Amino acid sequence: MPKILAVDDSASMRQMVAFTLKGAGYDVIEAADGKQALDKAKTTQVDLVLSDVNMPVMDGIALVKELRALPNYKFTPILMLTTESAGDKKMEGKSAGATGWLVKPFNPDQLLATIKKVMG
Amino acid sequence: MSIDLSQFHQVFFEESYEGLDIMESALLNLDPANVDAETINQIFRAAHSIKGGSGTFGFSQVAEFTHVVETLLDQIRGGERELTANFVELFLEAVDCIRRMMNQLEAKEPCDIPEAATIRKNFEDILAGKDTGGGSPSPATIADEAKADAAPSGWKIYFKPGEDIMRTGNDPLRMFRELASHGPLTVSVVVDDLPSISGIDPEKSYLRWNLELLANVDKSAVDEAFEWVVDESEIVIEPLGGAEQAIAATEAVSPAQPATPVQPAAQPESAKPAVADLPAQTNTQTTAPAVTPAVVSAEKASAPPATESKSAKVDKSKVEVSSIRVGIDKVDSLINMVGELVITQSMLGELGRDFTMDKLPKLLEGLDQLSQNTRELQESVMRIRMLPISFTFSRFPRLVHDLSRTMGKKIELKMIGENTELDKTVMERIGDPLVHLVRNSLDHGIEKPEDRIKAGKPETGVITLNAYHQGGNIIIKVQDDGAGLNRDRIREKAIANRLIAETDKLADEQIYDLIFRPGFSTAEKITDISGRGVGMDVVRRNIQELNGSVEVESDPGVGSSFTIRLPLTLAILDGQLVRVGEHVYILPLISIVESLQSFKGMIHRVAGGCDVLRLRNEYVPIIRLWKIFNIEPEYRDLDDALLVVVEGDNMKVAILVDDLLAQQQVVIKSLEENYRRVEGVSGATILGDGTVSLILDISGLIKLAGVRRDEYKRVKNDSGRAA
Repeated sequence: MPKILAVDDSASMRQMVAFTLKGAGYDVIEAADGKQALDKAKTTQVDLVLSDVNMPVMDGIALVKELRALPNYKFTPILMLTTESAGDKKMEGKSAGATGWLVKPFNPDQLLATIKKVMG
Repeated sequence: MSIDLSQFHQVFFEESYEGLDIMESALLNLDPANVDAETINQIFRAAHSIKGGSGTFGFSQVAEFTHVVETLLDQIRGGERELTANFVELFLEAVDCIRRMMNQLEAKEPCDIPEAATIRKNFEDILAGKDTGGGSPSPATIADEAKADAAPSGWKIYFKPGEDIMRTGNDPLRMFRELASHGPLTVSVVVDDLPSISGIDPEKSYLRWNLELLANVDKSAVDEAFEWVVDESEIVIEPLGGAEQAIAATEAVSPAQPATPVQPAAQPESAKPAVADLPAQTNTQTTAPAVTPAVVSAEKASAPPATESKSAKVDKSKVEVSSIRVGIDKVDSLINMVGELVITQSMLGELGRDFTMDKLPKLLEGLDQLSQNTRELQESVMRIRMLPISFTFSRFPRLVHDLSRTMGKKIELKMIGENTELDKTVMERIGDPLVHLVRNSLDHGIEKPEDRIKAGKPETGVITLNAYHQGGNIIIKVQDDGAGLNRDRIREKAIANRLIAETDKLADEQIYDLIFRPGFSTAEKITDISGRGVGMDVVRRNIQELNGSVEVESDPGVGSSFTIRLPLTLAILDGQLVRVGEHVYILPLISIVESLQSFKGMIHRVAGGCDVLRLRNEYVPIIRLWKIFNIEPEYRDLDDALLVVVEGDNMKVAILVDDLLAQQQVVIKSLEENYRRVEGVSGATILGDGTVSLILDISGLIKLAGVRRDEYKRVKNDSGRAA
């Protein structure tokens, strides 16, 4: 079962994402900030990371940089959850090494479509 | 797949309220002259999460409103704009507005806050002074919609990814797969750029592709496959087939195609810079403008059904959901306890299987352990319901901030012991009385700055909220360094309202206590802060309903202090077991004043057939429990029975019982939930021997017995005169 790491400081978003992905048969690991996510990614190899950008402690951009520096996560797809208005965040995320993005607000179907696109 | 998003609403509301609280307290701590970047960031993050969540869960009004707030915050965060005191006030108004929107949405009411439009307009006006940074759809959206009708029979795609494409986790194969999902795809690879084997970096991409997609889809569908890599790749997308089609599509899409002569003139304004950037490579172009619109339209298409399904849900589930956030340590300790309980249980089970008398000490030891486990488990479970009082205290900084502005007073609020834990229900119900006390201190307690200076005090008054544990109770103190209570004015007022007689000699504490009597208000002019008819009597009654008490101390010129004493929980009660005939009842220990053996000389019969007990200089009505509950007592004669004097509803009554039994902590079970409401009974509990015992409600009993307040007052006043 493919493992997805869902990172968001908002519990409701995390729950929504986790519920949707679990329903589609993915194994979901949750983290509330970049630091937690990094720790979890180090102990468990995940197949995809889905991360919010604005988070306390360590934000999504820093998380991507840290992950890409790990040999295990060089090529792992990392998607950023951004908002429509944050165009420069997308670019910042990309140059940090993010694979792509998903624009908030999104609904469960859009989320699954994007994940499927990446995971095949 | 369709997922019911409403299941996440409760969590969303809770975290949004938390976010709003964070915003509010951070805003109150902000000093516009010296802005702390992390504080702004914190406020921004909270607004950002609320916006994101409300958009996702279908609360578009909140999302739109929060968007303008977030945009301004973002500009301040980015240093594009200075934070002014006006902005802080505006943000605070916005926080209130969002909170009210949330309240309405949570109550499943239509979201309708009249001032929302005005506040939003204020934000928009500020933002309009500068680039708004998003919000309205970019011109590209319109272009995207305009070209949507030009769908050729297929697309010819040239794709040269950036060398580092693999390092961002973007696999070209993924894009081909996505394209292939639209129709037959022909892929041919160009390997010309491949270096010699020694020069190959295995993590880089050296390949280029020519693709042909035979599918009647919009260009946006093709763009979407390359959405994430468009900036670092060379991508040319041309329509397959006829010349007219080529022209139609080129107008919107492919500005740099030299084979089409009409094209440069028709080229859209916005695409020009892109061409200028790519002087040499005439056969390539970037598709950047189309990136955003693809997402916009996808979102547009799916948003309305989501909203519909939500509103359909609303009526079905009018259930009050409330949840509690519990620290993981509390849950862990609970699990730990249960673990120990299981060990004890298996040990006792082992003993019981082949028990002989010589194992008795072991059995007793096991039972001891069981009772200890049970006690610990009980404590852990109780702790789950406990929340730090900061949940209630957190509303006060804002309250004090706003009220001191309105009243032209300078007030500093100090909060101590915010981590003191209190039962959630008690917490919810202590909020209003506390607000009242704080308002009261603000309004009547703290003097105006000029008066304070005259009195030789610092200009800024201090209100202190202090919470701490004492014994099995929690104490909350509301203290101010204001003028103190005016003893003489209270006395005059009480005499005017016939609460006391002119001849009464009362100690200071007794006089101060008069402010808690119904119908007492010394405020000469009614302000909208306090003195709105809701008096201190309501405060005291609310606190008494929680089995608590409130007292006041005051020192003229130095200040007053209100002390609230509350039980830690409503689920457990310190009870006095009393017996009437064969029945055992429970009286809340906190309401008992004294118990005594009555004798003839103390009992008087007053007009109306009511027996009263003369207790020192007071006459106390007697309530016979056996009469009220229609049971057979052991003693009918007042001389043989015992009298328990209790206080409730601001009056004393003596309850006639056969015997006083033990005092013990009892767990309250609601009668209302399990049976129905019974007057005079506040709940039930199960005693050690398994029998059910009713917990008596003093004010209910007073009503049942038909003791009227004026009657009590009258006999009391009579007694006052007699003494």
